[in-house]
Amino acid sequence: MSAALQLPTPPRRSVALDVRGVSHHFDLSGQRLPVLDAIDLRVAAGAFVALLGPSGCGKSTLLRLIAGLEPPASGQLLEDGVPITGPDPSRILVFQDPTLFPWRTVSKNVALGLEARGLLPAQRQRVDDALALVRLEAFAAAYPHQLSGGMAQRAALARALVNDPHLLLLDEPLGKLDSLTRLAMQNELLALWQKVGFTAVLVTHDVEEALLLADRVIVLSDRPARIVAEFAVDKPQPRRRDDADLVHLRQTILATLGPIHD
Amino acid sequence: MSDIAEAGARFAPARAVWRDGLLAAAAWFAAAVVTVATPDVVKWGSTELWAWIMLGGAGVLLAGAFAVPRLGRAGEAIAHYGPWLIALGVWFAVWEVTTAKLGWLPKPFFSPPQGLLHVYLVDSKRLAFCVLFSLRLWAYGFGSGVAAGFLFGVALGWSKRFAYWGMPILKLIGPVPATAWIPCTFFILPTTFAASVFLVALASGIPVAILTASGVGSVNRAYYDVARTLGASARFLVWRVAVPASLPHVFVGLFMGLYYSFAVLVVAEMLGAKYGLGWYLQFQTGYSAYANVYATLVIMALMCAGLVRLLFVGRDRLLSWQKGII
Repeated sequence: MSAALQLPTPPRRSVALDVRGVSHHFDLSGQRLPVLDAIDLRVAAGAFVALLGPSGCGKSTLLRLIAGLEPPASGQLLEDGVPITGPDPSRILVFQDPTLFPWRTVSKNVALGLEARGLLPAQRQRVDDALALVRLEAFAAAYPHQLSGGMAQRAALARALVNDPHLLLLDEPLGKLDSLTRLAMQNELLALWQKVGFTAVLVTHDVEEALLLADRVIVLSDRPARIVAEFAVDKPQPRRRDDADLVHLRQTILATLGPIHD
Repeated sequence: MSDIAEAGARFAPARAVWRDGLLAAAAWFAAAVVTVATPDVVKWGSTELWAWIMLGGAGVLLAGAFAVPRLGRAGEAIAHYGPWLIALGVWFAVWEVTTAKLGWLPKPFFSPPQGLLHVYLVDSKRLAFCVLFSLRLWAYGFGSGVAAGFLFGVALGWSKRFAYWGMPILKLIGPVPATAWIPCTFFILPTTFAASVFLVALASGIPVAILTASGVGSVNRAYYDVARTLGASARFLVWRVAVPASLPHVFVGLFMGLYYSFAVLVVAEMLGAKYGLGWYLQFQTGYSAYANVYATLVIMALMCAGLVRLLFVGRDRLLSWQKGII
């Protein structure tokens, strides 16, 4: 037996993302509404990138395009050099609302991806593992309406992570949580990223959140969104909210975002 | 200790007897006495048996008046129906007096309770056969109508092309009462039974189709996005996302269809069936046998209410996840 067979290469947990000159528009009752304007963005494998911008600027649309839920009007999206043509369980989008299926228990919600691909019988254990990862084992049999907002969002994260995504797209996943839950969830998200090692793209309008979690912060303009600035955050984790450099960076970013954010 | 004993002694008599039970027993006893004490204006049959049933009821209620306070939870559940049991006793007594004893209500259009009882005793075989016949017709019609309506509705809600052709047809045919099809169906379809099944199916299928289509059409788009990013096939999106998400709508359609199906069932049976409760009603009216008519109406009420109850049980099971949402 060869050495190569005995030592299989570890599975790849992250992918590089390449967004090339992507523009997009919506058709609103015959009117053309441009939302993305020539976005160029490269995300290295295993990186954590945050997209910041005014609300309604098109950040979420960009995530939908990366997820493959819609094709871009022009431009190209590549995952490890391969064009993205449709949704794929290796790229998972976590929405602002947990969007758990109310008719399924927490554990059946988490099992969705495996069930949809016919993997559930063989990989049932992964559902329990994912629930343990977000500390929801005790709520496996609960229905979504019995969960708090934070628990529901953790369940949505487990539903994404159970598929072992290489790219996790986070669309303001903590946006609707109360501030205490939000702080706790930011730490959890970071811990998961460090533990699992996926590439992460986070859309947020919270500058502090972006600075705490991401290696790179991309600032987008108002609609149609263009990339107006980019900041590297080369502070090791764990980061402190009151770190002098981060506070300074925060002020710079807020100035870039414009006068709406004082 | 003595305080507790004293308090117990003070409260015990109040709890020892179920007052409503005693009153109900008295009312039922009165109904029994009225039934035997005075002669019937005409012979209805089974008068004596009716008096015995009333007397038996009074006896049970009397025993219950003393037993219920000692039954705990079950006792409370029974006690809840106390006022109804009293009202029933009073109703039976009044019914008895106004029909059999004084003949105030005109014959043959009104029948005393012993008249109905007599029908159940004498004609039980034919009635049982009619119940089974009606249930069979209903089950075939409702079952096939609901199945077809549901599938049609899912297709309408899911496929734009199917909706393009199907929706105008449904909108045109849907509002026509199913009974309007009677003249054609009875000669288009080979047997009366097939025609009746078709009418019941049409009546129950159309609301199910409409509500299922609107349910599937109004499913939160985000559910589809979630399922698609998780690798769901179109088949999975239909059966595991669209259908369960629209089930609350489907059940509204099922309830509507259930009520329509009863209406059409009876009309269809009145028009040419050889058996069934609708036929029995029609047949007995022809002989002015109104006791038989009332006896059948009671059976019908119980049968239809039972089926509605059954659907509620099914809904509560399938939609238990809705608790807290609605």
